[in-house]
Amino acid sequence: MSTQSKPASWTLRVRQAIDRHLPMDHLLPDRQPYYVGSWVYVFGVVTIAALVWVVVSGVVLSFFGPQWWHDSSVGLFFNSLHFWAVQLFFLFMVLHLWGQYFMAGWRHGRAATWMIGVVIFGTSILTAFTGYLSQQNFDGQFIALEAKDAMNAAGAGAFFNVLNFGQMYGLHVMLLPIGVTFLVVAHIVLVRVRGVVKPIDAEGGARS
Amino acid sequence: MDSPATYLHWGFIYISWPNLLAILGMIVLFAIAMIAPFPHSEGTDDVNAK
Amino acid sequence: MKKSMGETQEEYYRGVRMVPYDLVKELALALAGFGVLAIVLAAFLSSPDVPPVTIATWSQTDPVDFVTTATGELAGTTGSAGYGQPYNSTPDAYQRWGPIAPQAWFGVRIPVDSANAFVIEPLKRATVADNTLGAALSKWEGATADQQAKWLDAYSTALPDATLADGKVSVAAGDYGPLPAMMSSLLGVAQSGGLDGLLVINGRFYQTDYTQPLLFIGDSGYLEGLVADANLAGDRWGVMNETGQYPGQTWLWLFSFWYQVPPFTSDTGFLGLNGGNADLGIILIMTSLTVLFALVPFIPILRDIPRWLPLHRLIWRSYYASKTSAPART
Repeated sequence: MSTQSKPASWTLRVRQAIDRHLPMDHLLPDRQPYYVGSWVYVFGVVTIAALVWVVVSGVVLSFFGPQWWHDSSVGLFFNSLHFWAVQLFFLFMVLHLWGQYFMAGWRHGRAATWMIGVVIFGTSILTAFTGYLSQQNFDGQFIALEAKDAMNAAGAGAFFNVLNFGQMYGLHVMLLPIGVTFLVVAHIVLVRVRGVVKPIDAEGGARS
Repeated sequence: MDSPATYLHWGFIYISWPNLLAILGMIVLFAIAMIAPFPHSEGTDDVNAK
Repeated sequence: MKKSMGETQEEYYRGVRMVPYDLVKELALALAGFGVLAIVLAAFLSSPDVPPVTIATWSQTDPVDFVTTATGELAGTTGSAGYGQPYNSTPDAYQRWGPIAPQAWFGVRIPVDSANAFVIEPLKRATVADNTLGAALSKWEGATADQQAKWLDAYSTALPDATLADGKVSVAAGDYGPLPAMMSSLLGVAQSGGLDGLLVINGRFYQTDYTQPLLFIGDSGYLEGLVADANLAGDRWGVMNETGQYPGQTWLWLFSFWYQVPPFTSDTGFLGLNGGNADLGIILIMTSLTVLFALVPFIPILRDIPRWLPLHRLIWRSYYASKTSAPART
């Protein structure tokens, strides 16, 4: 089949685009440039691992309902797992951010990867926020009452009612995790499409 | 763990010990990650000549 | 198309030494290692779970504060009564910075009539079992607004010196109209747990919206005291903190920071930003900073700092070492 003219089949065009930009050996390479040789590079994958544990523990919590962890010691354990996984998720995500900033990871056409990363950061904060609002305890009450002022001042409070448990819980267990997951997948795909950025002042590649 | 945390107070900065430990821990972890030697796997290194 | 966009990985990595690197094993190790860490922390440290405040516990623990708050709702002097949008349309209550006033732009989308919702309606339901309350309520509703204001003013002035006698709130003698009787009944409903139920259910059966009971509890001095005890108040970087010895939302540090510094700590402020519109001002600042953060790759100086700082030379030291020892490539 001629690759010079654009084929009529959309399916074929999509497949060829994927083959061009993300062939399997770019998606799952077994080699990396030798400069990928610092523990700083590990923070990204640990953040992914953290997200997996956050979601898995969250799925267990949502299966048994928002009251479960208050009444059951197994439930409390899974809530604790979820709580510490979230703490560590943010810890490693910020370390990954620091690493990418000091390595100027946006260079050579990688600005989109950086920008999606910032959006992931913001969306994660929002997801955690709705999670704290779903606790159904004193901390949840207090956070709701404090946060309403900022939300209302911004006009968002008219649509995003932090005092409405049902709304916050629904956002937390469904809409926002889907959003975070989609963004993380896009972020990882971009990293694999472009490869790991070269060290600062390395030859080759467009400047900045 | 449920008793109130101790807070450090310096000017307008109020921070709980748990939060301060988390932040200091992150800085230490980042420093270690930069300095600690990373194991390079044995095996053929090839220059990407394509 | 810019070279950076069109360049393939093959072109980008030309001349670069590649070494074996097992990404899948790395992910598996990360999952396992992280899991162990999280499970150990969860098993040994658990997680915080301070029980919520209820209107029942509030009114049982501090009946005077309860009656004071309820009177304030009738008088329209509480936080929620005078809040403005989205709960009610109290004039000029919304935060603004010049023409920027998003709080007012969307109107009263979550209507809460504090006086009726928190006091009068629950009392009307309680009259089913209480005739004297019925008489007191009729007297209240039959009075002119002026008369109501006089009673409220007198009662509010007397309440700071109120005492508890036999679980009942008692004040110095004065002309308070039916207010003492109304408040006494409301206190009874609250202490029995009835008000928690009434305010959340709001005439329905299924309900997941806690706006009303939360706003009512939020108006109390009782909650303010509990919050201050737990170091959760805004002037103590509250949103960053957690109950007990647990770490809080440390990632909110920059958001919390602005509330502790001028102009948001003073009434006069700077350039129209002050303590009165702090929430709006800080949201605007944080939104701008987040957008700037996303655009770092395009912002001079911010995108050059990594080049100036030697941290990257530490991270990539073996790469830079091999460059200086090997002959320069052309």
